[in-house]
Amino acid sequence: MAILIDEKVKLVIQGITGRQGSFHCRQMLEYGTRVVAGVSPGKGGHEVCGVPVYDTVEEAVATRGANASCVFVPAPFAKDAVFEALDAGIKLVVVITEHIPLHDALDIVAFAQERGATVVGPNTFGVISPGRCKIGIMPNRIYCPGPVGVAARSGTLSYEVVASLSLAGLGQSTVVGVGGDRVTGLGFVQLLKQFERDEHTRVIVLVGEIGGTAEEEAAEYIKSLSKPVVAYLAGRNAPPGKRMGHAGAIIERGKGSFASKVRALRSAGVAVAELPWEVPALVQRALTA
Amino acid sequence: MKLYEFMAKEILERHGIRIPPGQVVDTPEEAASVASRLGPVVLKAQVLAGGRGKAGGVVFATSPAEARRRAERMLGSRIQGYPVERILVEKRLDIEQELYVGIVVDGSARRPVLLASARGGVDVEEVPDAELIRRKIDVRWGLMPYRAREVALRLGLPRQLVPAFADIACRMYGAFRQYDAELVECNPLAVTPDGLVAADARLNVDDEALFRQKQLPRVHDDTPLERKVKELGLSYVQLDGDIAVMANGAGITMATIDVLQKFGGRPANFLDVGGGAAAEPMAKAMAVLLEARPRALLINIFGGITRCDDVARAVLEVRGSRPFDLPVVVRLVGTNEDEGMRLLREAGIEAYRSMEEAAAAVVRLARGEA
Repeated sequence: MAILIDEKVKLVIQGITGRQGSFHCRQMLEYGTRVVAGVSPGKGGHEVCGVPVYDTVEEAVATRGANASCVFVPAPFAKDAVFEALDAGIKLVVVITEHIPLHDALDIVAFAQERGATVVGPNTFGVISPGRCKIGIMPNRIYCPGPVGVAARSGTLSYEVVASLSLAGLGQSTVVGVGGDRVTGLGFVQLLKQFERDEHTRVIVLVGEIGGTAEEEAAEYIKSLSKPVVAYLAGRNAPPGKRMGHAGAIIERGKGSFASKVRALRSAGVAVAELPWEVPALVQRALTA
Repeated sequence: MKLYEFMAKEILERHGIRIPPGQVVDTPEEAASVASRLGPVVLKAQVLAGGRGKAGGVVFATSPAEARRRAERMLGSRIQGYPVERILVEKRLDIEQELYVGIVVDGSARRPVLLASARGGVDVEEVPDAELIRRKIDVRWGLMPYRAREVALRLGLPRQLVPAFADIACRMYGAFRQYDAELVECNPLAVTPDGLVAADARLNVDDEALFRQKQLPRVHDDTPLERKVKELGLSYVQLDGDIAVMANGAGITMATIDVLQKFGGRPANFLDVGGGAAAEPMAKAMAVLLEARPRALLINIFGGITRCDDVARAVLEVRGSRPFDLPVVVRLVGTNEDEGMRLLREAGIEAYRSMEEAAAAVVRLARGEA
């Protein structure tokens, strides 16, 4: 078992003819994801890595049965692409695109809610259920199947943590990037809810960072969970008022500090690692407890 | 991007919100001439710092001569590090009450919210939660006037001011959406004998939307070095230490800084070269980092998909084109890491697979230990 994605995914890649889109199409195919179609307005009839390209998502759904989308469309046009996918009835849209305007993200989230669909991101590395399916840009070889569910705000930091878990023999059920922006579709709380229900997930790892209140809200929710949670947070030494790479990673208006997040998580019984490479030992302890 | 108060006010005025009569000046003479036209005035330093009032950035003058003196003292001074180059001289208002009203994005609700308080004029963070009214706004329909009227009544405004308050809140929301704002704020929104006036205003624009906000002025709030790296399309924040840091991805860069600090080092900057860690922007960024004359450089690359031998070649290329003598430590993991490691070590650069070893090594080298 896993959450969000498994072998049943039939993926359409929006922006498949771009540099990123075509590169990651190949990577996803190599991982075993069923990429059934690509969409690139004006490029219908072409092929990328043997995947047929259509002009619209509607065609990709009608002719190839696509049921999930991965968006690589450049930021100024990304909102249009996500709306197109949602309007075509797709219920899981993974938005890799970075630098999407805040107000476009607000509109995307509102429309997804109206359609009862799940949007992962924007500015996410994607979702992977190791050994089953991946939708995103994460490296293929660091994951292995197992009982650890991972939810992360940052891509490469999650790779770091996941690689150390795999090295320690601790595989993952599903690894999800919630995205580095201020407004994202799927959040920590919804993921915790799904991991709690997933019978193969036995421990949950949160990879958080400064900015916003996602970790504090997660902490509140964790109090009602039966599964143990381990966390690592980045940004202990980030100066307030400065955006640390991610649009969402900023301490502003008195919110989003490292200390407040650690305090909230610890009071909810979460084991918070001081250093990224301490995560596997804490997970191991939680598994054997 | 934060706009100056006078810019935010110009925009709100165009949206039909009343602001005090006034003018932006950059000489004491102009300040005096505006005061002779307006009578008693307030002089407000145009800086991007918050808490300007407490730092002496807002002063009153009752005569043109006093306005000139005050302006003379204010121009060229610094407020929280920001030089005062312009002053907004405005007619002094007869204020009966100060309100707070703002539209911001609530990241956890994933929606804009209308914030209002009957205790304006202070930092909104200092207003206790119980006295701050929050109303979520559905972007599909926008802020409806009835909702803004409900908020006005709850603030305890006299009945005759309720429609005016609702009108201002709705117009603020209009500006919020039109200009891709992160925040639109009137603090205070002043209750005067002539009605409601935006005595102060803030409008922060989402940087990611500037490409479609071409009509807005551009305001820079970064150091020259920060701007230079940003122009390369990379994310950079200057810190006050002596170990330059470069990593791929926001989270891992923050983590690298935290690890260095924990190991007793002092990071000089945050520099995220992007998850892809392409060789070319990395080489450019490195050149800029060296300009700040750090004592050592740590490059931390988790090359998922990026090839480590490419990263190694980029590092060697920078050193070949402009020799540097500071110690460089590289941490490399990913595709072709053995080859990358070999290339670096042969060139005398310390290279490691683990973040822990690399961090320890660079802290040692920055201290001048071998």
